[in-house]
Amino acid sequence: MTSLGFSLSQARLAFSGQWLFDGLSATFAPGSWTGLLGRSGSGKSSLLRMIADLPIPDTHALTLTTDDQRPLAGRLAWMAQQDQLLPWRKVIDNVLLGPALRGHPSAAQRQHAMTLLDDVGLRDKAEQWPKTLSGGQRQRVALARTLFEDAPVVLMDEPFSAVDAITRLELHELAARLLAGRTVLLVTHDPLEALRLSDRILILGGQPALLSDFEVPHGQRPRALDAPDVQRMQSQLVARLHSAPHANIEGSTP
Amino acid sequence: MSVLKRLWPALVGIFSILGLWQVLVVVTGVPGYVLPSPLSVLHAFASHQQLLWHHAGITVIEIVAGLLIGCISGLGTALALARFHGLRRTLLPILLISQAVPLFALAPILMLWLGYGMTAKIVMATLIIYFPVASTCYDGLRQTPQGWLDLAQTLGADRRRRLLRIQLPAALPALASGMRMAASAAPIGAVIGEWVGSSQGLGYLMLNANARMQVDLMFAALLILVTFGVALYFTTDAVMRRLMPWHEDRTGATS
Repeated sequence: MTSLGFSLSQARLAFSGQWLFDGLSATFAPGSWTGLLGRSGSGKSSLLRMIADLPIPDTHALTLTTDDQRPLAGRLAWMAQQDQLLPWRKVIDNVLLGPALRGHPSAAQRQHAMTLLDDVGLRDKAEQWPKTLSGGQRQRVALARTLFEDAPVVLMDEPFSAVDAITRLELHELAARLLAGRTVLLVTHDPLEALRLSDRILILGGQPALLSDFEVPHGQRPRALDAPDVQRMQSQLVARLHSAPHANIEGSTP
Repeated sequence: MSVLKRLWPALVGIFSILGLWQVLVVVTGVPGYVLPSPLSVLHAFASHQQLLWHHAGITVIEIVAGLLIGCISGLGTALALARFHGLRRTLLPILLISQAVPLFALAPILMLWLGYGMTAKIVMATLIIYFPVASTCYDGLRQTPQGWLDLAQTLGADRRRRLLRIQLPAALPALASGMRMAASAAPIGAVIGEWVGSSQGLGYLMLNANARMQVDLMFAALLILVTFGVALYFTTDAVMRRLMPWHEDRTGATS
């Protein structure tokens, strides 16, 4: 797998007859991790869905260009807020969901899935039902499933928000290690998560919403929790998010 | 032991009702051709065993065949509707209209077309469960959580595999309630068919016994029908559970 950068332009999204954002553009460098923050209703999750070409009910448009000019479809992996494990497939078969949906998983692919489960520390759970796992373990299986696809671009929509704080920090370390080298776009509500994991932080806010940069701490991701930079910038980032004009979606009229 | 422990409250209830029934018959002195006592039903059951089992065999075949054909064709219809969008506009209105046809009124016509044999009864049992099974399955197939569909799309699933590997298993719980419902409705179809016109089967036997004032025999036939109906329900439930070892079910028959 080689790294792949991509950029978007002319991104627009309507909500209740108004442009929530219009003419957005951004570039994502190959192998970089971008944290996308914004308040609820800013349209950040919708933007991520637009990049993934997933259905959204509202009027939208987006021009997507990859560095090699070929389509992004088939080369991106998607991690949602919930782990989305299928309860009727054993853990290993959830990791193998991609090949199972495109054909029949081969023995070699099964072997590879086992290795990935080993990487996320769940080799011994391979033959179990997902319902026997804890929230953190389930999210690790979802990570293994994402890794199996070996996609150069990974889109994550608050992937660690459903687990407790300690588990989340552990998942950060794991994700940063295993997804290194991929171009990651991470939508998150958690300023600390963005500061630990991002090479670049983008804030979506305003009316209509714009993307603005926020300086990231020094050092390699995942950055230590107690790094002075991280601590200081967390409060700055919260203040910045707080002051960003709230997307006014209640009072708008078509 | 634990089965008995779970069942005893139900057994106490059933035997209380039977006891009450027996007392009522003895105290009021109601004639046996109006309401036979449980004991005389038991007696009729014992003395007409061969007759009862012969007719029961016929009815059971009709019910099971109707159930299988109805469930398979209902599921097939639901899958076709979910897979081929074009079919919906043609097939859904027809399905809706066919549901409005009173099936009991169809029974005489089925006799006319298919004769007095088993076929008409099997068709009747099939028809009575076909639409409900098709519609619950189709509803289940349409209500796949969006997150799984998103995942299928980003993983590059084709429509057929998405339907079979995601939408169908996701619909299994809904499908299970459709099947359980079908299991309790199929006997009705078969018996109605037998009432309208037949020369064998429990429905025929009951009608015949009724005409001869053998009400105890009628109740004995009913006892077989009820027992089989309950057995069929629990078998269907068990089969559906076997199909879903991953499913945490709190609405099933035994809980």
